[in-house]
Amino acid sequence: MKSNTIALTFKGNVTFELVDSIIIIIADKLDSLETDLNVRKKMYGILTECLQNLCNHTDETNSDDSVDFDIKSVAISVTSTENGYLIETGNFIGSSKVEKLKARIDEVNSKDKEGLKLLYNRILTNKVFSEKGGGGLGFIDIARKSGEKLNYLFQEVSSSYSFFSFKIIINKNK
Amino acid sequence: MDNLSIEPKNKTPKISFDAANGLMEIMGISCAENSVEFYKPIIEWIDGYKNEIQPITIVDINYKYFNTSSAKCILDMLERFVNLKNHGTNISINWYYEEDDEEMFDAGTNFSEILEMQFNLIKVE
Repeated sequence: MKSNTIALTFKGNVTFELVDSIIIIIADKLDSLETDLNVRKKMYGILTECLQNLCNHTDETNSDDSVDFDIKSVAISVTSTENGYLIETGNFIGSSKVEKLKARIDEVNSKDKEGLKLLYNRILTNKVFSEKGGGGLGFIDIARKSGEKLNYLFQEVSSSYSFFSFKIIINKNK
Repeated sequence: MDNLSIEPKNKTPKISFDAANGLMEIMGISCAENSVEFYKPIIEWIDGYKNEIQPITIVDINYKYFNTSSAKCILDMLERFVNLKNHGTNISINWYYEEDDEEMFDAGTNFSEILEMQFNLIKVE
């Protein structure tokens, strides 16, 4: 592996403590190899949102006896690319939540830069908090920081669960 | 009233509110997964300060980074600071950002626009 690249993959159960450690490891690495302050901050911010999201949502997942894998298990991958970085996450979600999640990401993807700012401010000022402290701003913030469309895929894995793959491209030149 | 002093941690900022001198300082990172709990005593303190308000209140804010869970709490806190002007204080809000940090500059500008109050945006080198 080249020393000027980042490669981290993780598969297993996540906790907020583990997520914090992953963020610290990546942030340390970025501090030494990424000279652009704004790219470093974008990576830090996107990673924080993605991984905290992952923890919040796997928490809601109940165990499923009908499948032979751990439904609370997640996958995280952070890699350097030619033009920047790639963050990929994967987790199981209840299939009943797929449509709603899809609609939220599609709405974010339908907006341009100005549209994303308006959507962000509309939700920022709505004074609504979820039980877990989320404000519903995560995907919008990720899209604004990345400057690229959010890539996702849902695959049905059992009668009640789907696997949600999420991919964020961070282009250094944007 | 008592001053409010909270030491910085990995995911929460330093808070130093001095009621007698009307000096409030917030500095560091705010990225707890659930920020509501952290900001609750801060917001309560600001509400209490109305009763012992100083003629001049200066708020120095220097965030290095905040997550989306903190964003709504920060807006709530700022709104309460801004509203202090209706309770007999002359309030200034200084929003510090690191040189070249576009995100924190934009965040300060955006909060200032939402709350319809001019913040002093101050570059830190």
